[in-house]
Amino acid sequence: MALEEKDVRYVAELAHLELTPEEVKTFLPQLDSILEHMQKLNELDTSQVEPMAQVTYPAAVNPSLRADEPRKTFTQEEALANAPDPSAGCFRVPRVIEKEE
Amino acid sequence: MNLTELTIDPLHDLIVQRKVSAMEIAKAHFEQIERRDKEVRAYLQLCPERAYQQASKIDSQLAAGEALAPLAGIPVAVKDVILARGMRNTCASKILANYVAPYDAPAVERLEAAGAVILGKTNCDEFAMGSSTENSGFFPTHNPHDLARVPGGSSGGSAAAVAANMAVASLGSDTGGSIRQPAAFCGLVGMMGTYGRVSRYGLVAFASSLDHIGPFGRSVRDVARMLQTIAGRDPHDSTSAGVPVEDYVAGLDQNVRGLKVGVPSEYLKGLSPETGDNIQKGIDLLAKLGCVVAPISLPHTDYAIACYYIICTAEASSNLARYDGVRYGFRSAGHADLQEMYKQTRYAGFGAEVKRRIMLGTYVLSSGYYDAYYLKAQKVRTLITRDFLEALDDVDIIVTPTSPIPAFKLGELMDDPWQMYLADIYTVTASLAGIPGISVPCGKTKGAPHLLVGMQLLARHFDEARLLRVADAFEKAGGFEVNS
Repeated sequence: MALEEKDVRYVAELAHLELTPEEVKTFLPQLDSILEHMQKLNELDTSQVEPMAQVTYPAAVNPSLRADEPRKTFTQEEALANAPDPSAGCFRVPRVIEKEE
Repeated sequence: MNLTELTIDPLHDLIVQRKVSAMEIAKAHFEQIERRDKEVRAYLQLCPERAYQQASKIDSQLAAGEALAPLAGIPVAVKDVILARGMRNTCASKILANYVAPYDAPAVERLEAAGAVILGKTNCDEFAMGSSTENSGFFPTHNPHDLARVPGGSSGGSAAAVAANMAVASLGSDTGGSIRQPAAFCGLVGMMGTYGRVSRYGLVAFASSLDHIGPFGRSVRDVARMLQTIAGRDPHDSTSAGVPVEDYVAGLDQNVRGLKVGVPSEYLKGLSPETGDNIQKGIDLLAKLGCVVAPISLPHTDYAIACYYIICTAEASSNLARYDGVRYGFRSAGHADLQEMYKQTRYAGFGAEVKRRIMLGTYVLSSGYYDAYYLKAQKVRTLITRDFLEALDDVDIIVTPTSPIPAFKLGELMDDPWQMYLADIYTVTASLAGIPGISVPCGKTKGAPHLLVGMQLLARHFDEARLLRVADAFEKAGGFEVNS
């Protein structure tokens, strides 16, 4: 096994995911096995191949730029309608910076 | 006459001839849902008020002597990852359990403008991540043909709703097979157009370079009508294509003599024998219709699952970063600071498969692994796409099985994520290349229970009209009952 528990915890931290010790134990062999299967791609020589980030097609007529005109968008009320804790027209979150005493 | 068993055109004719009203059709469907959905569990939410309002509008238009749009009065279900204004849009996830959509996806807007009656939102794998609808954060959906089995996924609810006569047609989303595979498992036609053919605006993002909205129906003609209605450029989605939308329905009912159909040898190994038999009979039928069948090779097929799961998890980890309890959705209580709130919200809000994919995606994008996994996969995507484009220089259509296996039992593949991923082998390839694909029923397995087998047809970018024409000819020649 190449992946270790500390790697799983590190990745969870990067992904802003809290994991229980049991979840770490379940995910470790699963992720390790999936990543091992993914290494199959190393069989291929891709040194001369361009990466493909998006589907492109020769036939497309895509006006990718539009005129910069103001358009109707959400009102403040609509934008806040799904907020778990709206306050004074803002999204309220727990304290980020400690107050100096 | 049972109003819930018809296809679009006969139903439309009944309305126009005033033999039945749109209100009666809507009511018949809600009654069928009442009877059947306790065991199938296709719907997460119904919207009778919206449906009856639309149906009544159609009936008034007819009474006033106005011409009706082609989908007028047709009851349709929508996968719960596609926004319908004012309705909850959960993505079958606890993290969005209370999220109310602030606008209509253009796909929904265009259906309603064409007269379709939206009945409700359907169940799916959480954030469309899965192949069985067992990953729903709420409950699994059952296959209406055999309740012990899965309907496929991730658009399992949209497939089951149509298969159980609880909608005439439906919208699903397809990232790596999520329309085509459940269509195969439920005995329906399901289609993914070319990448960019249908606007993704209002489709909650899973993997943006692979996501599509597309239709399910009981016939190729129904699917052609649905796709024709929702396709086309939309200024809200810069990847939606400006290529004109052909009249797909008008292109049906033509012979397919002389079209070249390629059968990739790589797609016929590892099939269950009965799936293989059915596909072979389907190919023979296409030959009988005058298609010229030729063997082809798509040499990078074996690399597709690894390539797909690296790219889709990478994009998912980025797309799902937005669910943090700040602007919408669920927020966990009892956290000390902002970081804790993010982590606990995501811990409590996401299910196991979503967490697994976020972890995988974060890993393959992380410093030190990006080149080895993500960049490598993007290069392999080029090779897989090149395989298809080269093959489609020689042939018009590619025929494959939709899935290596028919509908499996609930729980059967849940313990081993990789085995579940492997079931997507024949559908992820076209998604990576961005070419259109359709799954049509092509038979049943012999022994009891008779499980349905789907055949997949693929074509060049924006060649939907030809794809639908071949599928239609196949259906009319009895392809759907090849083996029964």
